[in-house]
Amino acid sequence: MLRRQFTRLIGASAAATTLPNLIGSAKAADPLKVGFIYLGPVGDFGWTYQHDIARKAAVEHFGDKIKTTYVENVAEGPDSEKVLNDLANQGNKLIFATSFGYMNYVLNSAKKHPNVFYEHATGYKRAANVSDYNIRFYQARYVQGVIAGKMSKAGLAGYVGSVPVPEVVQGINAFMLGMQSVNPKARMKIVLINSWYDPPKEGDAAKALIDQGCDIITQHTDSPAPLQAAASRGVKAFGQSTDMSKFAADTQLSASTDMWGPYYIKRIGDVMAGTWKSTDTWGGFDSGMLAMSPFTNMPADVAALAAATEADIKSGKNMVFVGPIKDQSGAVKVPAGTTMDDGALSGMQWLVQGVDGKLT
Amino acid sequence: MLKIESRGYESRFWRYASPVLALLLTGATSGLIFMAMGRPAGLTVYTFLIAPLLQQDGFEALAVKAAPLIMMGVGLSLAYRANVWNIGTDGQFTLGAICGGGLALAFPDAPSYVIFPAMVVAGILGGMLNGGLVAWLRIRFNANEILTSLMFAYITQYLLVYLVTGPWRDPQGFGFPQTALFSDDALAPRLIEDTNVHIGILLAPLIAIGLWFMLEKSLLGFQFRVLGQATRAARFAGFRENRLVWIAMLISGGLAGLAGLLEVTGTLGQLTTTLSPGYGFTAIIVAFLGRLNPLGVIPAGLLLALTYLGGDAAQINLGLPNAVTGIFQGILLFYLLGCDILLLNRFRWVPSHAKAAR
Repeated sequence: MLRRQFTRLIGASAAATTLPNLIGSAKAADPLKVGFIYLGPVGDFGWTYQHDIARKAAVEHFGDKIKTTYVENVAEGPDSEKVLNDLANQGNKLIFATSFGYMNYVLNSAKKHPNVFYEHATGYKRAANVSDYNIRFYQARYVQGVIAGKMSKAGLAGYVGSVPVPEVVQGINAFMLGMQSVNPKARMKIVLINSWYDPPKEGDAAKALIDQGCDIITQHTDSPAPLQAAASRGVKAFGQSTDMSKFAADTQLSASTDMWGPYYIKRIGDVMAGTWKSTDTWGGFDSGMLAMSPFTNMPADVAALAAATEADIKSGKNMVFVGPIKDQSGAVKVPAGTTMDDGALSGMQWLVQGVDGKLT
Repeated sequence: MLKIESRGYESRFWRYASPVLALLLTGATSGLIFMAMGRPAGLTVYTFLIAPLLQQDGFEALAVKAAPLIMMGVGLSLAYRANVWNIGTDGQFTLGAICGGGLALAFPDAPSYVIFPAMVVAGILGGMLNGGLVAWLRIRFNANEILTSLMFAYITQYLLVYLVTGPWRDPQGFGFPQTALFSDDALAPRLIEDTNVHIGILLAPLIAIGLWFMLEKSLLGFQFRVLGQATRAARFAGFRENRLVWIAMLISGGLAGLAGLLEVTGTLGQLTTTLSPGYGFTAIIVAFLGRLNPLGVIPAGLLLALTYLGGDAAQINLGLPNAVTGIFQGILLFYLLGCDILLLNRFRWVPSHAKAAR
């Protein structure tokens, strides 16, 4: 009896793993299979967590019309190509690859599976069946900068950065511009730790910045360590990707929150309707892909100013990178009356005046 | 009561039966975990060790993943047999990739019959340089190679990060930390068109066989084994310990460098901030799992590679969290190494009155 059961289970699983479509075809309409690959474990905060929340939002939205599969802890390397191919071979028609380092492997896999649609987050290479998508994280940085400008007594903020890619550079510069918009003398110090997730290093970087006189900390890394370091030293800080207030309720001023859900729902809908096209999406506040978590631990007038700034960016009244903007050497990078275009933004490799630190 | 006692010799039966027993115990233990998660208990071994091979390209993926593990595991088994504890193969792997990859970036227009062999030589030399420094520090300053080789792994990693975020960064890459893609001529020749099945997959077993002959059949190999098992005897016999340390570090370093070069030219096609997903450390397990025998390293490398593929398969097919894969790998290694106690020992039931009589 036991052995029979065992054989049956093996048989069933063999069928389930190798012939998924046969089993599925028993139903009237096959659900659309959608795959996701994640850089980290899902966990309960940070980059991957936000992508998984969005996946769940899509499941809630479409119900049994879709079937999602995710693979976590996929290293940014050749292994990811294998996982992408496996997902395609298993009948997934739309695959979201949620980290920059998957880029070339997405293109390789897409070439082998021309009937599968791929969505690559934060990259810059596309193909007929590969789209790019990203969030204008810098918009939230500007709002943070405005808050920091009002809240910092020393007029000096500290920025824990990861890798000097344009996305991070834009964040640093937008924060500085936001801060200077309310306090022209404001300055900031940066530390780049060359990693997206390294809690001990992130925490140490935050402590070093506080020791150098920074009384507001923000971060472009994934763990709550900088926020917690700020809490332990009694200065205020911002959360990253996720509302991290549960880690430091009395410290977090706000958090830039990644909202991938609206985009995932739209793209899944496009595939269902047969209208999916290769596109390049860079969504900000107005697209619903970016949000500020509640403004806390600040006076009401600062919160009101932050909300007004957010609204202005959302409506397009404030384009953030508007001239005149000078770089660290004092050279004018964006002349008065002009706005940086997306092309220049996506290659940004210089720091604005007032930032103390180097990119390499 | 149950007593463990020494056999006094190595059991031939258990040499082959111990891995089988380990596999059965792994199936049983991980089955309990599967049951606790509400999944059929009988599925674990199937999910992790068989299902990945049934997938499309399953064998290709296995070969690609196993090749670097085998190359590095073989070099390590040689070094460990001589009591040279090189644990920094990750660094030697990386330096090999940097040296070979740098050549590809410097000469993007060179024809393949020039550039690829030159890159292979540069890769091996890079690994040897890293390994040689460790050997020199041990011989000259009596510095413990466990520490120095590990430290060099960090140093090379930082060198890599410096290069790909600084001087070698792709000018057309929007500032992302990676080099330009290598030219097609600088990529490792493929055994099968349009796949990642590169020449290293052929080389890995050949290297294993070659080093097995060296270790088991040559005078040099004999010296290695004596040095490892009886250092004093090796000294009395007049074997030059320093020379053996040099050779062990240069061979294990050179092979790791070759593995690194083949990995970047075979699968990555460029340098990025992370080249090795921990291959150097996995190779240590592979070497021990293969009983420090170059031929044993081949199945050991395949098995370890298989459990990694199985982890992805389990997530895709059964929706299991990634942590379960780590648990399965841990259980498997625990039993594989644990069952080896039966090689030299046996369990015997000793009636309790015997103890009382004593």
